[in-house]
Amino acid sequence: MAVLTAPPPPAPVRAGRKPGALAKAPKYVLASVLALIFLLPFYIMLRNALMTRQQVSSPDWSWLPDPLSWVNFGDLFADPSVPMAHALGNSFLVAIVTAPVGTMLGSMAGYALARIDVPGRRAVFTYILVTLMIPQSVTFVPTFVVVGAMGGVNTEWGIIAPNLFSAFTVILFRNFYLRFPGEIEEAGRLDGLGYLGVYRRLVLPNSGSMLASLGALMFIESWNAFLWPLVIGQDPSSWTAQIALSTFLNAQQINLPALFAGALIIIAPLVAMFLLAQRFIVSGIAASGLKE
Amino acid sequence: MTATIEAPPATAAAPKTRRKRRDWRAIGAFAVLTGPMVIGLGLFKYVAIGWSFLLSFNDARGTISLGHWTGLTNYVFLLEDDAFRTSLTTIALFTVFIVPITFVASLALAVLINSIRRGRAFFRTVFLVPAAVSYVVAALVWKMALFNGLPSGVANVIGGLFGADPVPWLSQQNPPVYWVAVVTLRLWLQVGLYMILFLAGLQAISPTLYEAGELDGTSKWQAFRYITLPQLRNTSVAVLLLILIAAFQAFDEFYNLFSTGLAGTSTAPVKPPLVYLYDSALGDQNYGVGSAGAFVLTVIIIVITLLQGRIVGFGKKD
Repeated sequence: MAVLTAPPPPAPVRAGRKPGALAKAPKYVLASVLALIFLLPFYIMLRNALMTRQQVSSPDWSWLPDPLSWVNFGDLFADPSVPMAHALGNSFLVAIVTAPVGTMLGSMAGYALARIDVPGRRAVFTYILVTLMIPQSVTFVPTFVVVGAMGGVNTEWGIIAPNLFSAFTVILFRNFYLRFPGEIEEAGRLDGLGYLGVYRRLVLPNSGSMLASLGALMFIESWNAFLWPLVIGQDPSSWTAQIALSTFLNAQQINLPALFAGALIIIAPLVAMFLLAQRFIVSGIAASGLKE
Repeated sequence: MTATIEAPPATAAAPKTRRKRRDWRAIGAFAVLTGPMVIGLGLFKYVAIGWSFLLSFNDARGTISLGHWTGLTNYVFLLEDDAFRTSLTTIALFTVFIVPITFVASLALAVLINSIRRGRAFFRTVFLVPAAVSYVVAALVWKMALFNGLPSGVANVIGGLFGADPVPWLSQQNPPVYWVAVVTLRLWLQVGLYMILFLAGLQAISPTLYEAGELDGTSKWQAFRYITLPQLRNTSVAVLLLILIAAFQAFDEFYNLFSTGLAGTSTAPVKPPLVYLYDSALGDQNYGVGSAGAFVLTVIIIVITLLQGRIVGFGKKD
């Protein structure tokens, strides 16, 4: 390892032999085969969502149904026992509130912990940190007890409220603000801004990428959440889309093509997000994975 | 974790005449910014967990109020209940499968993607995009299409190409082939997330290390073994821990694949601990047992986390 002291080359030029296209071919073949396997479930969803009920239970394999049965998407919303449209509305409401509010609360607390030096700051930090020791999903019984006592059963706010307060988000924001350039705040102080003014006018507008990354992760998490909405939203009126689909899946009589149509509709917003805002999602994942 | 907290500089604020006023403003701003989080965590974590802890020593069937103190009865009931112990065996078995497979697969994908240049973004997207799918949707696809056990089910069609007979994947107890479905489901959903972490780790390795290795004439395998792996040590520990903790809290796929028992049979459903807890607390309305179970599980997870930390030398640097 003593060789390491050699000066690094100016550009990341690969030393040694330059692998030609042929040498790389096996890697691309492997990657392509794996890609096909990873995409298979998506293809199956699409195929089955466009089949008739006879076709989907036929013993013969077919690549694509002919003709395509778009009627399944209509049937999905026509089933009176599963209020899919209402459930999608609930999911949207829950995610669209949880993501921005939860991210903001995390940013506020993280900023104060990183940049405002007051007596007791360390105690507050420890108080927040300790809650991370209890694994998230194990707390559904305790949380149900409290939210139930507050009258939150079968309500949208009951689904939303406990997920707004994420110690983990606070820690990530604190780390982010610890590395924040101090000149910005000093300039604000000189202009006569108070602590809150500096945060609101200068710090927050410069936290865009972090807010977007963690906000995107929170949106995904709350859109895909299952256990907590299942626990707290027992009445069909408070079902989220995931609960409605699960009920549909475990029903006695199953309209399979409509079920797959429902799956497609439920994954559509997040798949779109993954394709359009992948930069933020990837940096969010990388940031949250390195919490240690 | 607490070891990372630095003690605040005690001598930061030298006594000045304006000190008192400025402190007051700082305290006000601090309170406004942290207040909502402190109150929210207090309510939904501290009060919730405290109350639940007390409930675990109560006979709390159909009620969440305290008053029927029964000591350790709920804990004794749990530990003597075969169903609870079976659920622990189930999750241990699940962990044994899912942790190493996910770890190796995500590392391998990251290395593969990192070694190709053209099309890297495309492949990264393809491997990551299953993470957008919920467990409910994945369970639907696995249960109703891939592993539905019919001759037209995708797994059986593929098996048929190799001359295998159709397998009733989710309705057969012996041998327990349903593990194939359970493990592949979570693997498909999660492997991309951990791949991203490994990719970040791989890209943080200085290229000069590999160049030095090439000068020394190391083979590709040696470079991986003696440069890549040691450099990924921190990432590996974090990933292992994340996979393990997530696996222990598995609920969604078991609930949706097996909520009606093994499909088409009358055998007992495959229940991990969280499904057991859900049934106790929400099904039987026994909040005492449900609470006790939550604490038993919490202790198990903490112990495993610490043990694993010991084994892989986590925290050595602190």
